[in-house]
Amino acid sequence: MIVLVLVAFLAAAGLLAWITGGRVARAIAAVALGLALAFGAVVLAIAAPDSAWRSFDEPWIPSLGIRLQFGVDGLSGILILLALVVGLLAVLVSWSEIRHRRGFFDFNLLVSLAGVVGVFGALDLVLFYVFWELMLVPMVLLIAVWGHEDRLRAALKFFVFTHAGSLFLLAAILALGAFYRAETGAWSFQLADLAGAAPTGYPGLVIMLGFFIGFAVKIPAVPFHTWLPDAHTQAPTAGSVVLAGLLLKAGAYGLIRFALPLFPEASIALAPIAMTLGVVGILYGAVLAFSQPDFKRLVAYTSISHMGFALLGIYAMTELALIGAVLLLVAHAFSTGGLFVVAGALEARLETRQLRRMGGLWASAPRLGAAALILVMASLGLPGLANFAAEFSIFFGAFGPAPWFVAAAAIGLILSALYGLRLLQGVFFGPPRWEGIADLSPREAAVLGVATVVLVVLGLYPIPVIDAASGAITAALDPLMSRGASP
Amino acid sequence: MPSLLALVVALPFAGFLLLSLGGARLPARAVGIIGVSSVAISAVLAVAVFVALAASGPAEVRFVDTVWTWIDVGPFAPAVAFSLDGLSAVMMLVVTLVGLLIHVYAAAYMRSDASYRRFFAYMNLFVGFMLVLVLADNLLLLYLGWEGVGLASYLLIGFWYQRPENGYAARKAFIVTRIGDTALAIGLFLLFWELGTVDIAQVITRADQLLVEGSAVANLSAALILAGAAGKSAQVPLHVWLPDAMAGPTPVSALIHAATMVTAGVYLIARLHPIFEAAPAVLVAVAIVGAVTLLLAALAALGQRDVKRVLAYSTISQLGYMVVALGAGAYAAAIAHLVTHAFFKALLFLSAGVVIASLRGEHDLWRMGGLRRVLHLPFWSFGIGAASLAAVPVVTAGFYSKELILWNVWVAEPGGAWLAAVLLAGTFLTALYAFRAFFLAFFGKLRDAPSPPPRGGLIAAPLVILAVLAIVGGLFETSAYFGGIELLTLTLGDSLPAAAHGVGADALALMIGASGLSLLGIAAAYLAYGPRVLPRRAGGYLPAAGRAAEAGFGFDAAYERIVVGPFRRLARGLRDEPVDLVYEAVARLLRAAHGVLAFTQRGRVRVYLAVLLLGSLAVLAYSVMA
Amino acid sequence: MTLGLPEVLTFASILFGVGAAGLLARRSLLFMLASIEVMFVAGGVAFVGVSASLGQADGQVVFFFVLAAAAAQVSVALALMLRFHAQSRTIDADRASSLRG
Repeated sequence: MIVLVLVAFLAAAGLLAWITGGRVARAIAAVALGLALAFGAVVLAIAAPDSAWRSFDEPWIPSLGIRLQFGVDGLSGILILLALVVGLLAVLVSWSEIRHRRGFFDFNLLVSLAGVVGVFGALDLVLFYVFWELMLVPMVLLIAVWGHEDRLRAALKFFVFTHAGSLFLLAAILALGAFYRAETGAWSFQLADLAGAAPTGYPGLVIMLGFFIGFAVKIPAVPFHTWLPDAHTQAPTAGSVVLAGLLLKAGAYGLIRFALPLFPEASIALAPIAMTLGVVGILYGAVLAFSQPDFKRLVAYTSISHMGFALLGIYAMTELALIGAVLLLVAHAFSTGGLFVVAGALEARLETRQLRRMGGLWASAPRLGAAALILVMASLGLPGLANFAAEFSIFFGAFGPAPWFVAAAAIGLILSALYGLRLLQGVFFGPPRWEGIADLSPREAAVLGVATVVLVVLGLYPIPVIDAASGAITAALDPLMSRGASP
Repeated sequence: MPSLLALVVALPFAGFLLLSLGGARLPARAVGIIGVSSVAISAVLAVAVFVALAASGPAEVRFVDTVWTWIDVGPFAPAVAFSLDGLSAVMMLVVTLVGLLIHVYAAAYMRSDASYRRFFAYMNLFVGFMLVLVLADNLLLLYLGWEGVGLASYLLIGFWYQRPENGYAARKAFIVTRIGDTALAIGLFLLFWELGTVDIAQVITRADQLLVEGSAVANLSAALILAGAAGKSAQVPLHVWLPDAMAGPTPVSALIHAATMVTAGVYLIARLHPIFEAAPAVLVAVAIVGAVTLLLAALAALGQRDVKRVLAYSTISQLGYMVVALGAGAYAAAIAHLVTHAFFKALLFLSAGVVIASLRGEHDLWRMGGLRRVLHLPFWSFGIGAASLAAVPVVTAGFYSKELILWNVWVAEPGGAWLAAVLLAGTFLTALYAFRAFFLAFFGKLRDAPSPPPRGGLIAAPLVILAVLAIVGGLFETSAYFGGIELLTLTLGDSLPAAAHGVGADALALMIGASGLSLLGIAAAYLAYGPRVLPRRAGGYLPAAGRAAEAGFGFDAAYERIVVGPFRRLARGLRDEPVDLVYEAVARLLRAAHGVLAFTQRGRVRVYLAVLLLGSLAVLAYSVMA
Repeated sequence: MTLGLPEVLTFASILFGVGAAGLLARRSLLFMLASIEVMFVAGGVAFVGVSASLGQADGQVVFFFVLAAAAAQVSVALALMLRFHAQSRTIDADRASSLRG
């Protein structure tokens, strides 16, 4: 129920914003997200696991067994709340940055967020796919219309890549439905039905690969990742924040929610390859991050590196590693999203993203510098901040089944220090290259303040997130355990 | 009483928060008061908790204070919890008390700096993390402190960030220690996997039970922990960051890079010694690393022109002493030297700070001279510090701790004699380089008159207190010949095996030999660098060797060629995303196919006609014939 | 020389071939149209010949249909040709190539 309400509410707010336009539109967007967040937080905090708020089930296309089925457990709940928080931050970030066609911008933003909420709540595979595409298209528009100098090419590349990946996903979903039909004589696309009847052996592997490729493009896993640097760099700040904070997580979520439980044997077989891709992503992303001259492009590559950790954690298939992966999804949204906000703040003041043109900015903007320091430290995994709790949970959890992978991934810690400190040095330290820039405005300070506080609190007290996610993690792991994955 | 532990740790963090969020409007006086008192109150509480622990008798050897559960997934359940036993009590006292003295000094020393507030914020942050490190109840929390002090060190080395060289030194420190930290982390993963817990006390118990001596797991985890310790404690080959770290303000060098952070590695190995006991081969490696470091750094110190770099290499070398002691199984002796070293090295750095400030930022020893006539307090304090460093017999703290190490190493098996020989050689070299600096700076001809040095009680008091400690501060653990005091053993209790005290001919011979070498070193320094040496050769002796020593024997250059350069080239080569070549090839293929196929759609009507006719003819013919 | 079916069909094929060659070889739209007419007539001759040899009138009726189709085709084609000429001042078929890939 809550998912449907939120999706409808956000979409309606988006339409309203489009119609009104201008400065009213951004206020509508902010208020809508604020209300949605408050409402969602209260409902999800209070509602019992079997409450009517958490589920919804109505027929949609009965002849094909497609239903409007939503379900919100702990994992979905965390991610939905994350979506609303990040969405609100995105609106605040774009407050004065976006003037041109403001109403349409907010419409796209809100519809994309509605899509994200739907993705995290859908339990029917076709419904999931609908929302999957819904979150994609407005984002393409956000990049193409309000992006930077090379936005059209970046938007096109983003679209082609993720759409091609989605094609694999669609094919796999349809194939799965067909198998179910062949087995039981009826159509159904609900997760609960398909979970027991999913094909095994060779067909299972192929269908699972369809799922995997669709999600892997989104995560993004090397070598499907090349859309991300361009998309993140060219997107407007709010777009980068939502893209990094939410859309990437949808891929990881899809793996945990669908790919692992539906295809346990195939997933176990794929695990070494997937973990290799994860480790390659960690190292490759970090090395490339270090070499980028463009602030946003550097941060984009750190996204690839961090999501490599998540991929490693998911396919290590132990409770601790999966919890670490979920924690990382939340932590990364704030650490990388926050860095994009910093990039946006710098670009607004300096009109450049090139590191070699920055330097010594701590003197005139110490609060911006302090925020960036915390965010960079989170990014490189400083203990006490959320990313450390996540990454080290993954390490500790994955070491048993995959010690060499973990050892290789740990090199990422050194590499992340390299790119993180390069970023700090290039922007805030060194001789000043600019007369003086304005420090954080109250609005920017609020956004960055939220991000940093969340990182610190979650870094020292991640228990609420861990508890919330553990139900879904157990559900994902049970079929794997019974087929021989190590605990 | 145990709950005070959390307060001891929290107070410096509170100071950090107050100073960071307090805004630029805080007057300098307030900054100084907040910055110093957070550590002062913490120190008072630390003493109180320590006394409580000591007084609680044999029944209670450990206080534990669990504040909250950090992560809780199955057996992986680190909490934010602090524990106090003998070993951590000693560390805690060193950190808070020596830290307090340095903070007091810095309150006056850094007063005129524009970023005074930021300085104290970072200093408090450091003390907080260091206390987390030594008081942590589990390995993950210890790692938090471990990395946290690395962060504070980075921020403080690069404190004067406008100069790019400081930023470079700061990054170098962070990254080199990160290499060690990563090895340590992998070691922790291994330990958790093998022993099923991250709680330190549990780890120690289970290590005794479960770790097979000499097994691959034991060796590997011990080796990884050694790597981590080597990074933080600047042992070869991860020592290269410490000399450059002298770019930070002198109080920072005193606190972080002499008395506390660099000793974290020594603490770690001492704390986790059961793991090393299960890996005797690695213990040998520990001793060798320490020995090599000891000699190499002492030789390098002989070639330095910058007084702070002399002290930096000295620290590396003295840490080598402690590590050799660890490798020989003499954990308590290493800790003893850790304590005395904190006293006299801090003293040396703070004295050097006064000298540098009064010479308006001059660090070069060859441009100093004759300062004893104008800078009286630094002359005495530096002199006492140097004497203690050189382990001048009986009247210095360094003598007693070095004696302890020497005897315990001598009796160790295997190879104790070799190690002792290295230690003795080191004693000579130490005295030599320490007094080289002393004579060059304070004797001879006075050049330009220095400006008035930083003065006042806040500067003088720490120097005096540390000087006294550098003299008598070794008397907490002496052999029978000097009263047989065993305060340290008493304090350490069960946390470490007790240090042995030598009696008999062997012990006396060692003691006299070491004392003789120390005095010999001082004499040699006087002969080579004393005021009567004319002419003063600006390059010193043996210029080629001197240059090699000054460059740290090529480690930096080697790293640049083998690691840094290739990595930069790799990054540069990959910068433009080689994976995209695949996708661009696909795009090019599509465009080529388009080009080919477009050829058939040129719009030429007659061609269409011809194809139509001939094609239908062919189809007809085929259908008729076949 | 008797005109039997083989001779008539040969004649029709040759006529068809002449028309096809003319269609392919000529650039002028007008002459292409004329060639198409010839092809139509050739087809019609074939029909008449076969019907004559079978003694049935159906083929000759088809010839009427062929003529009707030819007439319709010519009118449409001429209209198009006039449009084309009005637009590009030429009736050269090679110039009608702006719809390219």
